[in-house]
Amino acid sequence: MPSINRSKTKTPMPSQDPKERRKNFNEVALGYTTEDAINEAQRCLNCKKPSCMEGCPVHVKIPNFIKHIAEGDFEGAIKVIKETNSLPAICGRVCPQEEQCEQRCVLAKRGEPVGIGRLERFAADWERNQGIKTPEKTSSRNKKVAIIGSGPAGLTCAGDLAKLGYEVTVFEAFHEPGGVLIYGIPEFRLPKAIVKQEVEFIKKLGVEVKTNMVMGQVLTVDDLLEKEGYDAVFIGTGAGLPKFLNIPGENYLGVYSANEFLTRINLMKAYNFPETDTPVKVGKRVAVVGGGNVAMDAARSALRMGAEEVYIIYRRSEEEMPARKEEVEHAKEEGIIFKFLTNPVRIIGDENGWVKGIECIQMELGEPDASGRRRPVPIKDSEFILDMDTVIIAIGTGPNPLLIKATEGIKLNKYGYIETDENGKTSKEGVWAGGDIVTGAATVILAMGAGKKAAQSIHEYLQNK
Amino acid sequence: MFKILERKDLAPSIKQFVIDAPLVAKKAQPGQFVILRIKEGGERIPLTIADFDREKGTITIVFQEVGKTTKELGTLKAGDYLADFVGPLGEPVDFPNHKKVLGIGGGLGVAPLYPKLKLLKQKGIEVTSIIGARNADLLIMEDEVRAVSDRMFVCTDDGSKGRHGFVTVVLKELLEQGEKFDEIIIIGPPVLMKIGAEITKPYGIPTMVSLNPIMVDGTGMCGCCRVTVGGEIKFACVDGPAFDGHKVDFDELIKRLQTYREEEKMALARHEGGSCKCHQ
Ligand SMILES: Cc1cc2nc3c(=O)[nH]c(=O)nc-3n(C[C@H](O)[C@H](O)[C@H](O)COP(=O)(O)OP(=O)(O)OC[C@H]3O[C@@H](n4cnc5c(N)ncnc54)[C@H](O)[C@@H]3O)c2cc1C
Ligand code: FES
Repeated sequence: MPSINRSKTKTPMPSQDPKERRKNFNEVALGYTTEDAINEAQRCLNCKKPSCMEGCPVHVKIPNFIKHIAEGDFEGAIKVIKETNSLPAICGRVCPQEEQCEQRCVLAKRGEPVGIGRLERFAADWERNQGIKTPEKTSSRNKKVAIIGSGPAGLTCAGDLAKLGYEVTVFEAFHEPGGVLIYGIPEFRLPKAIVKQEVEFIKKLGVEVKTNMVMGQVLTVDDLLEKEGYDAVFIGTGAGLPKFLNIPGENYLGVYSANEFLTRINLMKAYNFPETDTPVKVGKRVAVVGGGNVAMDAARSALRMGAEEVYIIYRRSEEEMPARKEEVEHAKEEGIIFKFLTNPVRIIGDENGWVKGIECIQMELGEPDASGRRRPVPIKDSEFILDMDTVIIAIGTGPNPLLIKATEGIKLNKYGYIETDENGKTSKEGVWAGGDIVTGAATVILAMGAGKKAAQSIHEYLQNK
Repeated sequence: MFKILERKDLAPSIKQFVIDAPLVAKKAQPGQFVILRIKEGGERIPLTIADFDREKGTITIVFQEVGKTTKELGTLKAGDYLADFVGPLGEPVDFPNHKKVLGIGGGLGVAPLYPKLKLLKQKGIEVTSIIGARNADLLIMEDEVRAVSDRMFVCTDDGSKGRHGFVTVVLKELLEQGEKFDEIIIIGPPVLMKIGAEITKPYGIPTMVSLNPIMVDGTGMCGCCRVTVGGEIKFACVDGPAFDGHKVDFDELIKRLQTYREEEKMALARHEGGSCKCHQ
């Protein structure tokens, strides 16, 4: 029987010193040691009715895996996690635990919750360090499934179907699989080696990954079903269309969408320029507009690319910021300057078309809007100008119409996302969808959960076909 | 990996490659482009599809060696491989009810012009073409364009071949003589497209241009390629690259193309063995 740790606070996780890390792209949070993990696991009360599990979109058996860790049985722990979560090394790092499992932890009522995310990460990293075993292949079912998009939704769906014995092909537009995990979330938060290992794992399951395939252009969904011999298709193309502010000056040189900025740095490795060939321009003073994870990632990347002062400009207050709490804390430690209740009205350029400033207006919180958050309203005559060399717009994304446009008979909602039933089935026969292309920009865990559900539903469909 | 099947040097700095890319060739249409990467760590560069052969499964690309990547591309030979080759990207062009069209290509712009003229010809539309370059050496695809034109004018800036002067001079003459066209296609350096579109505007003739902004993904996910057309933001990689020349904000495009000028110079200097002097 493991002993109990009655500490009211989480066992701290070692991390790189902010002064150092703001200059490099290495991972910030270093992960628990074995002692840390056992120590933290011993805080779990192993509740009879674990409310933490209700907070988890894929219902990981949390107290169960934590018990294994407390007992030093790490193999047992990872096995329990993987029953429902196929990407724990990733989710342990990027899930918004404070709004999910950890929010419901009974310890959170009188102190800090159990560090569930940190423990999940620990178990997954432990397994990786042992070398992940190649799974046994199930006998083939002679049915083919095509997966479009290789983000967490697509990878999970592909993995689950391969385990069930289907022949699975993943079609990815970029030259590298992984979706946002590769092109969006930076190395210092999610090392690319982890994503690559997940991709290798599903390849070992027999999944074929075809990169450089912009679906809708090179092949359509109908081509897959009618000409290429696929029996079902899963669409997991994400929400990749960047939104702009629609204010004057957005096309000045030095204004980026966060997608472009992060893609240049993460996927194209602009931090190695001129060793690599893709450049990115980061001035001394950088403004990032937005308050989500994407904004934090862009701001902290700008800092690491050599910016001297980086501002986050967000129109609501700190409380409403959708970013993960840990990322906001890390950003603050690194010296990012937050301008809350501030909204850009115009970007100012010089005679050559380069950004030189951003004009903003002060906001105050008014009545709650449809999302329940208090709506920010501008304060009259409160405009002011911040001098800037680079402006990055991180105010959200929409559905990319490229594939959808080329897919006849698929029903969309009024925002242009794909409509599905609770199992991810679309209005088009033989076609499923999941992840951000259905929900709008959301989270890795939700995308993964959608991929899992769809895989199960596709399995049922193909068994009866 | 994508194999280079043929290489042809069209001019000292302009090369033509035929690439083995059956899936791209199967769907390619005039007006579309590809994005390629030479190798790991390389940049993604867009190139217009200059020709395609569905049966052979090949795509023809034409490029001018200007920066590091295109110079490196220019060192490759038939039998070499490209790491990535993505396409077909962008919207195809179409000419639904046309009877008579004028196509103008300046410099490297002749390459993207050619597949459009070929399509026009196949549809039985009367084609007039004006192609030009700085000098005779730099003039490309003359025979190909002639083969799909009912009438062709050749110009060079220095008079070393054909008419002495810019392609826009001939354009002006034709319009002043009262020639009518259902559409005019102008492809070349942005300044040429800008001036050409200004010439055709008073005549009210629809004028198509093909834009070449900086791109990353080519699928509409980054917005790097945004251009202003008729006061609205468009992504050239998915909404174009062909647009109404009378509505494009060319000055903005020309400026945005300068974004990485310093970096391009540095990369080129490094590639050519010289050390970079820009930060000393
Ligand atoms: C910078 C950033 C930071 C984030 N941080 C977090 C975080 O900390 N925690 C969290 O939970 N979530 C975070 N998110 C959100 C999370 O990453 C997404 O919700 C999740 O990745 C969605 O997964 P997906 O599989 O639906 O799509 P994506 O990951 O977007 O993958 C879609 C894939 O489909 C490909 N594709 C698109 N169109 C086509 C086509 N026509 N043909 C072929 N392939 C195509 C794309 O190239 C891409 O690879 C972040 C997002 C961003 C951008
Ligand atoms: S190149 Fe990225 S959107 Fe066009």
